[in-house]
Amino acid sequence: MKVGILVETASKQIKKTNLGVITAACQEGAHVLYALMFTGAAENHQEILQSHGVNNIVTISAAGADVDRSPELKARALIGAMKALDLDALLGISSSLGRDLLARIAAELDAPLALDCVGVDVAAGTVVKSQFSGKTLARFKLLGTPFICGLRPNVIPPIPYPVIAAIVPFQVAIEGSRRLQVRSLKKAAADEIDLTEAEIIISAGRPIGSAENFKILKDCAKELGAAVGASRAAVDSGFAPHAMQIGQTGKTVSPKLYIACGISGSVQHFAGMKGSKVIVAINTDPEAPIFSKSNYGIQGDLFAVVPALTEALKKQRSSESYP
Amino acid sequence: MQIYVCIKQVPDTAASITLRGPREFDEALKFVMNPFDEFAVEQALRVKEQTGAGEVVVVTVGRESAESVVRTALAMGADRGILVTADIRLLDSLATGRALYRAIAQDGSPDLIFTGKQSVDSEGMQIPYRLAAAFDMPIVNEVVSFLLANKTVSVEREIGSGMREVIDLALPCIIGATKGLNEPRYTRLPEIMKARSKELKKIDINQLGVAPAAGRLELMELFPEPERGRAMMLQGSVPEMILELTRLLTNKEQIL
Ligand SMILES: Cc1cc2nc3c(=O)[nH]c(=O)nc-3n(C[C@H](O)[C@H](O)[C@H](O)COP(=O)(O)OP(=O)(O)OC[C@H]3O[C@@H](n4cnc5c(N)ncnc54)[C@H](O)[C@@H]3O)c2cc1C
Ligand SMILES: Nc1ncnc2c1ncn2[C@@H]1O[C@H](COP(=O)(O)O)[C@@H](O)[C@H]1O
Repeated sequence: MKVGILVETASKQIKKTNLGVITAACQEGAHVLYALMFTGAAENHQEILQSHGVNNIVTISAAGADVDRSPELKARALIGAMKALDLDALLGISSSLGRDLLARIAAELDAPLALDCVGVDVAAGTVVKSQFSGKTLARFKLLGTPFICGLRPNVIPPIPYPVIAAIVPFQVAIEGSRRLQVRSLKKAAADEIDLTEAEIIISAGRPIGSAENFKILKDCAKELGAAVGASRAAVDSGFAPHAMQIGQTGKTVSPKLYIACGISGSVQHFAGMKGSKVIVAINTDPEAPIFSKSNYGIQGDLFAVVPALTEALKKQRSSESYP
Repeated sequence: MQIYVCIKQVPDTAASITLRGPREFDEALKFVMNPFDEFAVEQALRVKEQTGAGEVVVVTVGRESAESVVRTALAMGADRGILVTADIRLLDSLATGRALYRAIAQDGSPDLIFTGKQSVDSEGMQIPYRLAAAFDMPIVNEVVSFLLANKTVSVEREIGSGMREVIDLALPCIIGATKGLNEPRYTRLPEIMKARSKELKKIDINQLGVAPAAGRLELMELFPEPERGRAMMLQGSVPEMILELTRLLTNKEQIL
């Protein structure tokens, strides 16, 4: 099969989360892979993409349309490439950008779409994804070609599969349109790492007590290379912005490590973070529900445990640099 | 302003889901309005209040019992409701999108359509886009801020890392709402009573020419997620527990 991958970049680098998607698409060399991207500097990405099984790097340029200002036009340019290359499937990351573009493409093509998947079998056209906010899993068959699938970040570990990738410039003509325009980007909060794609997350609940106190989590996050999250109780109390909320009505996250500090472990919180590989819970109450569905538990006060963890990580790092 | 809001009836987020057979679950549950759709209804009502004219129509595709969420939206202040009945709970997104499109298109000509950003049961994350394609309207999903002025809609959408996109759209358009957009109003008893006599039109999905079984996303099976057991509780003083934790995360889990 010919499988397209919607490749995302950040700061001109291929996002690491793409590699798991490529591994899922590759199925050990069973398919011909086309990485679709909107950059001229494909050479910079050739090494990493071809080492994971990408056979073609398609660099799309859409003359006459400002695709960076319109996800609608960007989706149209991608559809142009998919049609010209006659792709059987399109895979991407279920990030906020990926979800939006994949859904636009699927809707425009009237194609079957499954987002936020935790598994995919491209040859069989089946996916596994959560249902009822993570309370159950479901297997779906996507009927028809092309089918479109977005994978949750970090759920599939990347496996190298070296091939040689060709760079294929692709020109597409699309009609400009101004009915939807991204006017600007705006910095709303100061968190640096995207929660949805973070490999490590540390988050706090209601007992954090104030916005200022989040500093103890941020300090620890810096040592861990982690993103900082919050429960709804912490958000609703005004200690953290909505963008940091994890759970049912917040973000769904799937890091390798999730450290929950002073979070009781409601079903609605689990709905957003149960896809984490390892969950560590820090809570004063030994009966807190969070302990019943975590990997490691520390019974203790987050105001003592988190700074101690930060110090230990600092020490570990300095001993690594001066062996 | 003719405004439509798509709302869905879903199991209460606190309910546990018991599987019954490969594709069914125990439906003896409490059902509520999809939480994100509450933000959609609220925003629609605010737009009507702002413009001082027009109509807010809520539309749902679901079982007969989905009437309850339509009544909730009517009690919040929506003018009337349309219930497209389908005798299947986990209806395919393509079929749902088509049914919503036909139900709205045959009812009137929308200036604005609000939806939630996703259903918390099927987690499809695509109905607003499918509606947009069917109506040929621009769409922005996961909207946290909405402003309507001079026939232009200006919205904000979070894109991670604390960044927001500020996007302008021309009317008519489709907006997918998420938390942060507004605080949905509570319903009071008098309004709940009044909602009972507001117009609610029922249409069978087959009458819209949508065959519910002809979807393209076939549910093969539902199965429980492997459970993570009870946490291994670390022992000793805080420094001892931290040492043990970093050791486990470094050596056993290979994360640090
Ligand atoms: C429709 C709906 C949607 C929802 N969506 C979300 C959502 O997206 N995300 C979400 O998180 N919740 C959501 N909720 C709310 C959810 O039900 C809980 O109310 C919420 O998660 C509780 O937050 P919490 O654990 O921080 O606070 P609490 O329930 O107050 O728990 C605090 C915990 O911290 C412990 N603790 C106290 N002091 C300390 C200390 N010093 N050190 C360590 N531990 C301490 C306590 O033992 C307790 O376990 C939703 C609810 C509904 C109805
Ligand atoms: N059966 C339905 N009836 C009415 N609206 C729906 C239905 N399913 C989904 N929607 C709307 O589409 C949004 C996104 O749903 P989904 O694509 O299923 O995640 C929801 O928040 C609703 O606003």
